[in-house]
Amino acid sequence: MKLAALACLLVAFPLVGGEFYVNLASQIFIFAIFAASINLLLGYGGLATLGHASYLGIAAYLSALLGLKLGLGHWISAPLALLGTTLMAGVFGLIALRATGLGFLMLTLALSQVLWGTAYRWVALTDGDNGLRGLSRPFHLDDAASFYYFALAVTAASLWLMARFVGSPFGAALRGTRDQPRRMSALGHNVWLIRWISFVYAGFWGAVSGLLFVYYHKYIHPISLSLTNSAEGLLAVIAGGSGTLAGPVVGAAIVMLLKNYVSAYIERWNTLLGLVFVLIVVFMPDGVVPGVKRLWLRFASRT
Amino acid sequence: MRIANLTHGALFMLGAYIGVSILKVVPNLWLAALLAGLAVAAFGGLLEKFILRKLAGNILGQVLVTLGFAYIIADLCLVVWGGDPVPLPTPQFLQQPLRVAGFAFPAYRIAVVVLSVLVGIALYLLMERTRLGAMIRAGVDDMQMARAVGIPVSKLFTLVFCLGAGLAGAGGVIGGPIMSAYPGLDADMLPLALIVVILGGVGSLVGAFAGSFITGFVYTFGVALFPQLAYVILFLPMIFVMAFRPRGLFGKFAA
Repeated sequence: MKLAALACLLVAFPLVGGEFYVNLASQIFIFAIFAASINLLLGYGGLATLGHASYLGIAAYLSALLGLKLGLGHWISAPLALLGTTLMAGVFGLIALRATGLGFLMLTLALSQVLWGTAYRWVALTDGDNGLRGLSRPFHLDDAASFYYFALAVTAASLWLMARFVGSPFGAALRGTRDQPRRMSALGHNVWLIRWISFVYAGFWGAVSGLLFVYYHKYIHPISLSLTNSAEGLLAVIAGGSGTLAGPVVGAAIVMLLKNYVSAYIERWNTLLGLVFVLIVVFMPDGVVPGVKRLWLRFASRT
Repeated sequence: MRIANLTHGALFMLGAYIGVSILKVVPNLWLAALLAGLAVAAFGGLLEKFILRKLAGNILGQVLVTLGFAYIIADLCLVVWGGDPVPLPTPQFLQQPLRVAGFAFPAYRIAVVVLSVLVGIALYLLMERTRLGAMIRAGVDDMQMARAVGIPVSKLFTLVFCLGAGLAGAGGVIGGPIMSAYPGLDADMLPLALIVVILGGVGSLVGAFAGSFITGFVYTFGVALFPQLAYVILFLPMIFVMAFRPRGLFGKFAA
């Protein structure tokens, strides 16, 4: 019932909202997929990654390069970009999952810095700091409203599939490896394999958000591969509440609104972002969604 | 100390910029390095005492907070010192190249190598041969037990964090004549430092030294031979080491 009401609201939004807000909403959708894919690892697998921008960026670059250099259409370049990025996630998983905890985090960071540095320096292929221009959207979705509906549909499908993944027996096993890895392996589960599959799955959804990202902007710059992008995704998950389904979406909305609204008024956006990081960790360690839920429960029990 | 610290690149840059400002008043690089080191150490101490202390054991919290501070430091450096690269002058008596067996070496770089070896030895002696070092190691290995026998672990950890931050700051000044101070220096240094530590092994000074030599060689040759793929080449040894020895070359425990 609540979901249906939300769906009606979202479908009706472009009819009332101005173009700026419709575009902002599309960006929130894209970022929500990205944050939700980080949440698969962080919230359900207990694996903090600081390199998730790799998948967003590489999918975007692959799709852009396949279109620009080889002249492939979207019907071919999009699946190829997804496939390529997912394969890369498979290889990265082999390396990064040699460690857990801090080591995993540093390895994912290091791997994504390789890609960022390469995109910056390999000017012949990526045009370096200039980025790749002259890209197109599929299905001629060039006005704000039609792209909004496209992004909404993809986001709804992605979030639903990720929710199914988490709710499945495999998702339960993943949560088991987060809480009790030793017990899980004593019970005969292959902890490493469970983590690796989840890693690749999260990489795939990162790639989906990357495709939407490049379709939306029609432009790609090395900054989308950067640590800042990974960290913003991680922040969105933690701000919203990791390990909850709604958390990353709420967090993505918060980060995107802050970024688009506040940066229009304040020049020192990076300082503000840094402050937000610090404040959230110090004052709201388990995120907005669990925090609000707790307040609601307290309020409900009083009346 | 098992603290995930991502401010180190920013502290290095902050040190370099503070060095620039000090050099305008006192034209002595070594004194500037010392003062900048002290300033950055003080900042690191405050950071540890008031923020990181509360997040003990919460790796993710530490990562986000230190990353947040790295952003703030980098942005404020941009405000204060502007966006143009600022070179630091090489000390006068080290400007002549040093001739050894027919080859000319830049004297300043030789001095930096000697200095870094000295610092490395001093750190090793401090950690492995003194009472203070033994107390720090005890605190890292088993904090509760160390507290129980009367070691002031919290104070020691603040001290160690100050030392680490101060070395990063002084390193920024000493690296200044080679690299100069510019916005983005932090982002360039952080992955290098991370690779060095991952490669060498967390919690091992010998490892950090071996790691930085390997990284230095690979990076220098990589940049010279394949400039566009330098970053890929830089990370190859790390990936190789992780595949066969996840705790690093000299690491005592897995990262």
